[in-house]
Amino acid sequence: MQPVVELQHVTVRYGARTALQDVSATFPTGAVGLLGPNGAGKSTMLRALLGFVPPTEGQMSVLGLDVAKSPLAVRARIGYMPETDGHIPGMTAVSFVAFCGELAGLPRADAMQRAHEVLFYVGLGEARYRNLETYSTGMKQRIKLAQALVHDPELLFLDEPTNGMDPKGREEMLVLIADIARNKGLNVILSSHLLPDVEYTCDHVIVLDKGAVATQGRIEGLKGPGGSLVELRFKGEPAPFLAALAGAGFQAHDAADDIMRVFVPVGHDPQAIFALASTHRIQVRHFRPSVETLEDVFAKAMGEV
Amino acid sequence: MPIHDQGYRHYAGRRRPPGTAWWVIARQQIRTVLSQKRYLILLLMAWVPFVGRVVQIYLAANFQQASFLATSAQLFRGFLEQQGLFVFLLIVGSSGAIADDRRANALQVYLSKPLTRVEYIAGKLFAPLAFVLGVTLLPALLLLVVHVAFSGSLTFVVQNLYLLPAIVLYSVALALVGTFTMVALSSLSKSRRFTALTFTGLFFFTTAMYTALSRITGSRLWALVSPRDLLSVIGDAAFRVPGQRALPLWTALLGVTVIVALSILVLERRIRGVEVVK
Repeated sequence: MQPVVELQHVTVRYGARTALQDVSATFPTGAVGLLGPNGAGKSTMLRALLGFVPPTEGQMSVLGLDVAKSPLAVRARIGYMPETDGHIPGMTAVSFVAFCGELAGLPRADAMQRAHEVLFYVGLGEARYRNLETYSTGMKQRIKLAQALVHDPELLFLDEPTNGMDPKGREEMLVLIADIARNKGLNVILSSHLLPDVEYTCDHVIVLDKGAVATQGRIEGLKGPGGSLVELRFKGEPAPFLAALAGAGFQAHDAADDIMRVFVPVGHDPQAIFALASTHRIQVRHFRPSVETLEDVFAKAMGEV
Repeated sequence: MPIHDQGYRHYAGRRRPPGTAWWVIARQQIRTVLSQKRYLILLLMAWVPFVGRVVQIYLAANFQQASFLATSAQLFRGFLEQQGLFVFLLIVGSSGAIADDRRANALQVYLSKPLTRVEYIAGKLFAPLAFVLGVTLLPALLLLVVHVAFSGSLTFVVQNLYLLPAIVLYSVALALVGTFTMVALSSLSKSRRFTALTFTGLFFFTTAMYTALSRITGSRLWALVSPRDLLSVIGDAAFRVPGQRALPLWTALLGVTVIVALSILVLERRIRGVEVVK
């Protein structure tokens, strides 16, 4: 299947500062998370794909179109929800979203009809005649999503969509994004530094760090092959125990203080960990199954594990 | 009773071809302006001098006792000069054209849609340009028509054929200088008030500077630094006002071209989807 977005050796510089360095990445169809700490280059990548920031090197294509050659055709097929607040002063929600629809090429009557529909969809139906300047932070996030959706794009760029939202609002926003990606057939690129947001909504992830791709792939695949993960709390000297575990085919990581996470490959018996602990005079105080999270993948990619 | 689907639906209707988004922006600008009562009153007030001139033409054409009101080519020059105050106020009123968008971070919303920066700027220029021409070019041309209608002959128009291009040239120069300068200034700030003050300051400061420098040096070439005096030279030349002008017409036209070009340069640099701080 043709990738939705493809970057080949893309470098973006702001003056002397390099924001993206020789980035090559492929975004498959569906929902893809663009993950990374603040300043990793996530927003820069989205802005480059929109044509806001021309890359100094490399090529980018969106939905099969070259961004440098056909920026308007690209923007006609994507919806962009920016990270920062952005609205047109003095407008009500419905007039703003309809105006955005018209800007995207919809006829006036259709844009107005779509604006009403989309506002209901994002949960602003009752507040659609209110002036945007009276909206709360959560409502502003929703209106940004509505303006990105109004022209029915094939691909959505969502830049930190849950920023500043309360827990309930955040959950509702994530449900909306997951629905868009899984049930409505739209491709989504979700840029976030919040791991749970990406894990909840996306199937694929691209991890950026310091302007370069740290890792990319299916989240399930990145979490590792079959097997299980156990977490144990122990007392004793960890170094020889860790070596013994590795020698027996387990992958163990000495986490903070007295907690250890051990990956048990398929065919290995977790009970063997107790035998090894006993041999090395390690007192196991707590033993429980664990699951590898995107946080682990992220930490590995950042070189923190 | 059917339940209305309030979920997300795909759009299968037609889409406008690219290159027309400027009109969407222009229309929205016009709608915003016309929804403001004070702006509407200003636009109506700007037509009061026109009504006065119509009465003058009517009286001169129909009553011998009012022959002292007889119209001449200079009536049109005087009328357009009189409209200067309304032009100034209308332009100052459009100080938020881009400043408001910058304040509300709207540029990234506009430019993430399928429209070019040129379309955005054209849309923002259209409304002030249309309003200025609507209180200069339009009533001045209508005055010519009114003159023909009340006098019942084309003699005046035929004898003063240069009036038509003169009205167009002066009105367009006035509108271009004012709107381009204001929209460019508007792109430099996030405050419409600051933009309006800067424009007003520039307008009066450059005129005062010309007066002072021309007195000190004895050279009227300093009119080049004052947009108001450049326009005055163009007006005098176009309407064939007797007397020596500060500058030759071509120099004044060049000055106006430079002002417009500088404004375009500023807009080209300031209208970006993302503000890059180097």
